[in-house]
Order: sequence, then structure tokens, then C-alpha cells
Amino acid sequence: MSGIEFILAGMLAAATPFLLAALGELVVERAGVLNLGLEGMMALGAAIGFIVVYEGGGHVAAFVAAGFAGVGLALIFAGLALGLRANQVAVGLAVGILGQGLSSLVGNSYESLTITGLPKLAFPGLSDLPVVGGMFVQDIVVWLSLVATAAIWAMFRYSRLGLVLRAIGENPTAARAIGYRVIALRLWAVVFGGAMAGFAGAYAATVYTPLWADGMIAGRGWIALALVVFGTWLTGRIFFGALLFGALSLASLVAQTEGWAVPSQLLSSLPYIVTIVVLGIITSNKKLLKLNGVASLGETFGP
Amino acid sequence: MPAPLLSLRKMTKTYGQTVANSAIDLDVAEGSIHAILGENGAGKSTLMKLIYGVERPDEGEVLWNGIPVHLTSPAEARRLGIGMVFQHFSLFETLTVVENISLIVPGSKADLAARIRALGQDFGLTVDPFADVHALSVGERQRVEIIRCLLTEPRLLILDEPTSVLPPQAVGLLFETLRRLRAKGVSILFISHKLDEIRALCDRATILRGGRVTGDVDPRQHDSHDLARMMIGRDMPAPLHLAPMPAGEVRLELAALDHTPDDPFGIALAGVSLRLHAGEILGIAGISGNGQSELSRLISGETLLPASRRDEIRMMDQPVGNIGPAARRALGFAFVPEERLGRGAVPEMSLADNSLLTAHPLGLLKRGLIDRQAEAAFTAACIADFDVRTSGPEAEAGSLSGGNLQKFIMGREISLQPRLLFVAQPTWGVDVGAATAIRQRLVKMRNEGVAVLVISEELEELFEICDRIQVLHKGALSPSLDPRSTRPEEIGRWMIGAVGVAA
Repeated sequence: MSGIEFILAGMLAAATPFLLAALGELVVERAGVLNLGLEGMMALGAAIGFIVVYEGGGHVAAFVAAGFAGVGLALIFAGLALGLRANQVAVGLAVGILGQGLSSLVGNSYESLTITGLPKLAFPGLSDLPVVGGMFVQDIVVWLSLVATAAIWAMFRYSRLGLVLRAIGENPTAARAIGYRVIALRLWAVVFGGAMAGFAGAYAATVYTPLWADGMIAGRGWIALALVVFGTWLTGRIFFGALLFGALSLASLVAQTEGWAVPSQLLSSLPYIVTIVVLGIITSNKKLLKLNGVASLGETFGP
Repeated sequence: MPAPLLSLRKMTKTYGQTVANSAIDLDVAEGSIHAILGENGAGKSTLMKLIYGVERPDEGEVLWNGIPVHLTSPAEARRLGIGMVFQHFSLFETLTVVENISLIVPGSKADLAARIRALGQDFGLTVDPFADVHALSVGERQRVEIIRCLLTEPRLLILDEPTSVLPPQAVGLLFETLRRLRAKGVSILFISHKLDEIRALCDRATILRGGRVTGDVDPRQHDSHDLARMMIGRDMPAPLHLAPMPAGEVRLELAALDHTPDDPFGIALAGVSLRLHAGEILGIAGISGNGQSELSRLISGETLLPASRRDEIRMMDQPVGNIGPAARRALGFAFVPEERLGRGAVPEMSLADNSLLTAHPLGLLKRGLIDRQAEAAFTAACIADFDVRTSGPEAEAGSLSGGNLQKFIMGREISLQPRLLFVAQPTWGVDVGAATAIRQRLVKMRNEGVAVLVISEELEELFEICDRIQVLHKGALSPSLDPRSTRPEEIGRWMIGAVGVAA
């Protein structure tokens, strides 16, 4: 298998943890809430998901349990940041650290154990194509996250719910004045984001690399957060950002195996460097940010 | 006699120590235009929030068609048939007109767009349903708000100071729309502090002062003097007279200033030229959102020009386009911005510390350290000279009412004895008495030879105090107009861009 085929075949799976977490965060941020606890929510989801599979519960139960773990942390976040109107940045960081601590605690006796992942499902016909065929052989979660991407894109573009979420994110005071229950809607958005972060963690620990190691999420939550900004809060751009990041992380592996005379540390840092550069370019376009940005992001709102 | 559409009985609302509404009674008849008249701070907005369910009363009763109701949320008020058009619009800028409307009114976009057009025809409210709201003018946004209310088929429409954002011509159109609505059986609650408008439009007026009802009259049977007395408790202050002054040297000059702001919703300035002399007041009229904030940031030095274009702004005959606010102040420039909290004063800091921010050159520092005694003395003098109602120099700036804080900021800047004073919206949210005091002070400064630049939305105010008026419309400035020989309607035509584009 050539390097390019390897990248094409693997990039969707590599992108999925970022994509799931970023889609959840997109909904949260569109509603005007900044949840910086993503990394911790993913870590706890990963630990819980791994334990459920290891103890014989199967992958469906693992994803459900991981989703609930994410929702649990999201509810703590919502209770403090939405209910008690605490500072969202501070609460998000605290909940994130809590999630990482809990993941180390519950995962302690499972350190370095492995499990089996999920079988790959081939897309009939397309999977036999040369070079790109590998893209159409993916596990069920990858296929489902593509469906989720399309669903969220359509929700923001066509549905009333998407319109309402954008409205409460832009101007919560006005949304309340015309009769929307801003806090309740934000709560649901945060819960959704927590569940998605839990799924993202579960995918990373039970499917993509089916093993548990403390700290295995390794900053993926932060990258997902960056992707939401990098994608200027647009679903399509976030999808391509996740894909780019997945492809780059595989490309750095390919470069190492092919023995390029570049230090491996530099290659592994490549995806992060590219993300920073792209973020810098995107955020320098003030017009784009203002038109698609979320005006009330991170501000506490109380009736 | 049938029960009134809406009755309030003994409505009372207090915020902390402040009684915003005290035992207010109000009856709005079916098919009438009913005015709520009062100064800023008289409790008009609080009362409307109680009627629309945004706030809940401490005491009192609301009757709708004679039946007691509890208004616990805006959604509940809307269900009864109460619609509200806010003073600061509650539209979502990044959405289109039809999307904004679909947030309240059920129906498909195509269907809603057709209804928006039909309603526009019936009531003279034309607007493109698929336009983005951020691209609309203030008058168009108001139309969107009114259409949005009308599509919910209200029995009672509340308009909070609807004319304060409109040029004179658009006011006439709005009144025509409101009269047509009344003819269709919709009652209107019209909040204002402009006496002439109320006498021209309304069937009934309830007058508030200090949170209490001081009159419930037919405004057509009373002259402006009577209404003013009920509203402010005394006669309207007499207008000022400007004695002619010989023009002094040029203190501020803008030479064909072009500027495109970073903000995509901002207004680009094109070829703005003006000359302001010592001993005169130049007024910049125009509807907000036509480049006022961009212009004021350029003059204050919050927005800088590149060094190559520094000659486009000159103060005291020196190029200043590329130097910051502190350097401009060092030349004798003083500035009162329109946002008092956050730009004119720091809300969390005491008045004394706020004095220090711009008045530190007046001996408030000793060898680089703050001289607390001098600071307190300066602040106390400011408070006394400008009749600021506060507990003292240690009061937090954020605890003052808008009008009192404005008086304090004006006092601080005037105490700097500037050669060039720039005031944006000097009397916004300031009660009539204090507004008169501020205007008199500006005229006194002019008579002492200071060059004064005033940006204001209140045309009457500019006519009262200005030697010359220029109008800002879509980022372009009109030629200089003489208020003694120009009628308000002519200024109004410049305000809506009906006189061609200024060079």
C-alpha cells in the first residue's frame, strides 16, 4: 500500500474523534456557550467506553455509557455556568480537569490493556476502486459520524431549531424578549455537546486505537475546540478541518516510515503547526468572523 | 361602557432602593392611540416591561378585557395579543428579515415572505423579506419589528420611543401607519417624551413623573406648556440664544477623510471634510449608524491613520492622524464619548479614580504617585459645579444614573480647560433640567473661545446650540448649513440622503 493510499484509507477514522467532539462543540458554541471542558469529557468517555468493552459489555453499551459520562460532566458544567451564572471559561477548565482526573482514576487498573475494535464495512462497488477504494472501507461509527455531520449541517441551514440556536447565540436578551427560554435551550445544547464528546472519547479508545493508556486523548479535545473556530462555526468547514488534521497526522507517520531525514518530533508536531497557521489566517479575516461568529459566545446570561 | 382593552391597577415595582413604578393606574381603550409621556427615568420603560411580561410587578393587577391576568413571560403576553416594538431593536443581525420573523410567526419562508409583502402594501411598510438585517437602515429595522409584531395579529401594540431613531420625514410615515392600524381596531401604546408628537397623534395621554401618574388627559385639549408641567413639574426651560462671535483660528480640520473600518457592519467614511474654529459650535446631525461612531473614533484617536495620511486630521494646526488619544489630549483636546460606561468612565471604579483617568495633568499626581487629597478635592469640585447627584467622590461610577454620570464626565472634561471639546450625544438619557444645564455649559465654553464639536441625534438640540450644522449620511458629510436660515425639513432631507451626495 502506497503512502497516499494509506492516508486516504485512514484519514476518515483518524478524523472521527475530532469530528464528533467538534460537532458537539459547534452546537454548544452556536447557542452562545463556550465549553472548554471538552478534553476532560473526551477522556472520561474514553475510559468508561474502554472499561465497558473490556468487561464484555460490547461497543453499543460502551458508546451509550461514554455518552452518559460526557452528559454527566456537561450537567456539572451547565449547573455552574448556566444555572449559577459562573464564568464559563473558569468552569469549563475546572470540569475539564475533573474529567481528566476521573478518567485516570477509573482507568487506573486497566492501564495498557487492549481490546478488539469494530469490523470495517465496505461500501459496495466504490471500495474496489483503485487508490481511493480504501476510503470506502470504514467502521460503522465513521459512517454514522458522516451522517451526523450532514444532519447538523442541514439543521443549521434549514430547520427552525437551527435558527433558534443561532438566535440565542447572537442575542440572548432579544431571544428572551420574543419568548424563547434561553437557559433551557442552552442546557440542551450543552448536554448534546457532552454526549458527543463522550462518543468521541469512546471512539478513540475502543475503535481507533483499542487500548487504554492514561492521557491517551492527548489534546484532541483542544484541537476539536480549535477546529470549531478554524471552521468559523460552519459545519462543512469543521468537517474539512477535521479531515485535514486526520490526514496530516497520518502523513507524518508515512513520512517517518519512509525514512525522511526530518526529526520525527517535527513531523508529529506538523498537524498542530498547520492548525495554528490555518487558524491564524482564518481569524485574521475579521469580516468572516463577524458574519459567522457567535456574538454572545462565552458571556454569562441571566434573566 | 365596555371594559377597556387593558387596565392596570396599582402597579408597583421597586429595584433595590429605587421605586420605578408606584401604584400606577392605566386604562387603554379599544382602538385608541394612548401615549405614555414622561422624562427619562420616569418609569415608562419599567411599566412597559411589566405589561409585556419581561418583569413581574411587586404589587398590582392587570386586567385584559376586564378579566384579571398574570403576565409572567413575553410569550404569555403575546398569546393574549400584546406585541412590542423595542427601542433598541430585538432583531438578529446575522439572520435575514424572514428568518427573524419566522422565529415568532409559524409558517414556511415563502408563505411568510408573501405575507410580509402584503402587509407592507397595506400599511406602507415596504421591506425586502430576504435582506440581511445587518444591511438595513434603522428605519427599515423598525419596519421589520413592526411587521413582526403585526404578523402575530396583536390587539395592543406597544412602541417604545419609536421616533427617536427616525428622521422627520419617516416620522410622518410611521404616524400614517399607526393611524391605519387604529382604523383596523388595533390599540397602540405610544411611549415618548416629545410633546408635539403626542399632541399630533394620540387620543389619550398618561403622564408619568418619578414613577407616579401625574396626569391622565386628552393631549389635544392641552397645550405643550401644560403637558410639560405635568411631565417635569415646572415650565420648559427657555431656549438659549447665541450671540454672534467672530470666527477664531481653525482648531480642528478634517481634509477629505476616507476610512473603511475593520468591522464589516461598520460604515465607511468617504471624503469627510470639516473645519471647526475657535469660539463656535459645530453640530453633526444624522441618524445613528451613518458613520457617527467611526468618525468619533477617528477624531478621538481610538482609530489611527497610517503616518502617510496623518494630515487628513489636524488639531490646533498640527497633523494628528497617526497619534493616539493621550497625545491629542496633550494638545488641548477633550472628548466625551457616547458610551458613558466603559468608554467615558470605568463603571467599577470610584468617581475619584475616574477623574484621574483624564484629569491627572491637573496636579493630581505628585512625583508620579497619586495625590489622593488633590484627587478627592478635584472630584468634589466637579460634583458640586455640575450638580452631580451622588453620595460623594467614593461612589462607584456604575452606580450613578446615566444623566448624573454624563454630568460628571462633562464636568471632568470641561475642567481640563480644553481648546477643542468633542461631545458625542451630550444629552442622551439625561433629564430635561440637566440637559439644559449641559447645553448652557457648552454655549458658555463657546463664548469663552473654545471650539466645540457636537454629534447628536436630537435635531432640536443642534438647532438650539449650534452655529453651523453638517449632516452625516452613509459616511458622507453634507456642506455646512446655517441653523438660522435652514428649516428642520431641509436637514431631514440630508439625513435621508434626498439632496444628492455631498462631495
